[in-house]
Amino acid sequence: MESEVQNKAPRTHYINARYGLKSWLFTIDHKRIALLYLASITFFFFLGGLFAVLIRLELLTPKGDLVQAETYNRFFTMHGVVMVFFFLIPAIPATLGNFLIPLMIGARDLAFPRLNLLSWYIYVVGAVFTLIAIVGGGVDTGWTFYTPYSTTYSNGNVLLTGIGIFITGFSSILTGLNFIVTIHTMRAPGLSWFRLPLFVWSHYATSLIMVLGTPVIAITILLLAFERIAHVGIFDPKLGGDPVLFQHLFWFYSHPAVYIMVLPAMGVISELVANMTRKNIFGYKFVALASIAIAIFGFLVWGHHMFVSTQSVYAGMIFSILSYAVAIPSAVKTFNWTATLYKGSISYNTPMLYAFGFIGFFIIGGMTGLFLAALGLDIHVHDTYFVVAHFHYIMVGGTIMGYLGGLHYWWPKISGRMYPEGWARFAALVIFVGFNLTFFPQFLLGYQGMPRRYYAYPDEFQVLNVMSSAGASILGVGYLIPMVYLFWSMRYGPKAGSNPWGAFGLEWRTSSPPPTENFKVTPVVTWEAYEFSPVEETEVIDISTP
Amino acid sequence: MQVSVPFAPDQASTYSGEVDALYGFLWALTIGVGAVLTILIIYFAVKYRRRTEDEIPKAVEGSLKLEVVWTVIPFFIAMGIFTWGASIYYKRYSPPSEALDVYVVAKQWMWKFQHLDGQREINELHIPVGRKIKLTMTTEDVIHSLFVPAFRLKMDVVPGKYSSIWFQPTEAGRYHLFCAEYCGTSHSGMIGWIDVMEPSEYQSWLSGGSGEALAASGEKLFQQLGCVTCHRSDGQGRGPILEGLFGKEAALQGGQKVTADEAYVRESILNPKAKVVEGYQPIMPTFQGLVTEEQLLQLVAYVKSIGKTQTGTNPAGASPSPPNKMGAAAVPTGPPQTGRSGGAEAKKPR
Ligand SMILES: [Cu+2]
Ligand SMILES: [Cu+2]
Repeated sequence: MESEVQNKAPRTHYINARYGLKSWLFTIDHKRIALLYLASITFFFFLGGLFAVLIRLELLTPKGDLVQAETYNRFFTMHGVVMVFFFLIPAIPATLGNFLIPLMIGARDLAFPRLNLLSWYIYVVGAVFTLIAIVGGGVDTGWTFYTPYSTTYSNGNVLLTGIGIFITGFSSILTGLNFIVTIHTMRAPGLSWFRLPLFVWSHYATSLIMVLGTPVIAITILLLAFERIAHVGIFDPKLGGDPVLFQHLFWFYSHPAVYIMVLPAMGVISELVANMTRKNIFGYKFVALASIAIAIFGFLVWGHHMFVSTQSVYAGMIFSILSYAVAIPSAVKTFNWTATLYKGSISYNTPMLYAFGFIGFFIIGGMTGLFLAALGLDIHVHDTYFVVAHFHYIMVGGTIMGYLGGLHYWWPKISGRMYPEGWARFAALVIFVGFNLTFFPQFLLGYQGMPRRYYAYPDEFQVLNVMSSAGASILGVGYLIPMVYLFWSMRYGPKAGSNPWGAFGLEWRTSSPPPTENFKVTPVVTWEAYEFSPVEETEVIDISTP
Repeated sequence: MQVSVPFAPDQASTYSGEVDALYGFLWALTIGVGAVLTILIIYFAVKYRRRTEDEIPKAVEGSLKLEVVWTVIPFFIAMGIFTWGASIYYKRYSPPSEALDVYVVAKQWMWKFQHLDGQREINELHIPVGRKIKLTMTTEDVIHSLFVPAFRLKMDVVPGKYSSIWFQPTEAGRYHLFCAEYCGTSHSGMIGWIDVMEPSEYQSWLSGGSGEALAASGEKLFQQLGCVTCHRSDGQGRGPILEGLFGKEAALQGGQKVTADEAYVRESILNPKAKVVEGYQPIMPTFQGLVTEEQLLQLVAYVKSIGKTQTGTNPAGASPSPPNKMGAAAVPTGPPQTGRSGGAEAKKPR
């Protein structure tokens, strides 16, 4: 790719500025670091996906016939650990966030470029520990590490995996810190808070959770390690501890972690909807502040994972009502995206297809969250496939649609090349169909009573399981297609101009790929966010409310 | 309310219809909201599709009115769902006093049930249709979760404590019992059956059983472990009188009060110094490690069975007698089992 670019356009940009492995491993350019993350998380996505394939193969038949129960338990644990901590949490912030936040606010780099590189190294070290744990036999506790199973009974590599997650957490904390400082101090002249792209708002909210929530999971892992190594009684009642305490600590981080995954995706969707309709986002301030509201309320609902855990009945009620409260800002966002389409100029390009897909998954995932927050109903569906389906719709459906939509939308900026539009639309469709076929049957399966983490199951659950496995094979193909054509386009894709979409936003006002310093001159912002055309005071809207 | 929804398990308890009704309502709401949004999106996407490459539409100003509308309406709908869900939930944790007690001990990877009449079962539970049943549950090792889809019933079973849940089966039949909380290698093998029987069948099943009543086993343990030396029914022991205690409030040192329920009896045996009854010395040794979970439940059943006994003195230390140093010598010598009503009372289903 470098040679061609050099022959035809001798312009220097961040990719061809320097050559060699060293120039990548010691780079402090946020754009190059974003690509380092992109490579790492892609590896973990396919590793986690491999475990998913093995899970779905085992579940094709009611009997456990492919592998041993113990092996199966390791598969779903490693699937969860790899996907949650090494793909979903860093997916959008560490790649697109890292690449775009300085560009979107007209800055040269993040506030702490060296810290940014250090974050990636910390991620890699944590990842290596986890990979050693996997290669050395894996761990069988489930990604939730419930005590006292994880502290006293499991004979898997609990400590090694825990250390991996503990270390990687610091990468997340430092990235969040870097984003917060950057957004506060490095905005271009004229770029006030309410002129910021919604992508930046959602990353600001995400960073708050990263900085405030991640230390709690780190402490929890340390306590778990103390008990496992030194038999200090914290969680195991035989040593004088309380097993339910672990669940409180674990979910205090792990519920907000869902918003670390989905808030950035919401930010991407706001960009896609605005730019692919060439309109300002309807209710911009409400969408921006909804991100902050979600981040705050998100810290107050962890107990909704514990309605049957022996937590007090009244605590359950408070967590239930707060969970409904956090649903409101999410609904507000969805309504505003829909209203933005009104009188827009709607493109059907791949990024917009992903945005439509996101909204679809988010409606199903969000509404089924209302089922789970309903105390009396949760008693039945808790720890069944209904929950599995729900969180995959939000965490995987939502996050990956945002991630892939964003990757396609900013691909010309990142690589300087266009991806093949026909193939990309086809892949988006395959993913949408495959995903629904994989996960929708699991709602029904869960209500029928199939518990999660079951290696073998009664015969009556087979039909829906076969549907789910069939969907998963389609989904797997859907994920492989972009892998192929995005690589292909880096060399053979048509060259992209600085703004191939006719989009709004500072990142489109520099060349593609951008120069190392992002902008030749510091931009001065005199416009509102997404100000394709000025807002007229007299505009009357007449759509009925959904 | 009886509603039947597709892809639902059998409806076999009083909860089943209630939960299905809420579930059905929520799907209707989901389909409604989803349909309105999908139709709007498709309509806009077609009507306002991009017609020329350089088209720039006019900006549309936001609307405070709309924002308020689509914040407030979902809020009230959400509060309605909350109330509906909470009312179903609350009932399950308020067991009626007439419920039939069944004790459950889980372990990797089996369910052990003990009936008041002494029947013990593994991975299978026989209960009469129409009776309210209260499960008091604990585990010997890790967390498990008792899940009966046909009853829409689930409750975690947590080591170191008792959890309880009650239900009322409405249809005779054989229903799946699952472990819902991941508990190790054979988690998915920790399954069994609930047999809901017609009352007459249940009676004959009961009489086919052998073994002594749970409370009688508890009483034997009470003797063997020497509990009886201090917890004397005549009020002369060094520990509080247990007759008439269960279900009542006991005054503790420091002025607090505690309801003498299963959890309190359990705690008092394993960690006697945690909540000492007012007027008594914290001299009771712990029985941690000396009794199994099943024996503990027998002791609880025994204490519960003598809970209805009337004693002359106010129980639980309201008028304690001074600690008697010669407690052991004062043990009544008569055959203890015949002298008490506990074992006999537990034999007839209440
Ligand atoms: Cu949650
Ligand atoms: Cu289990």
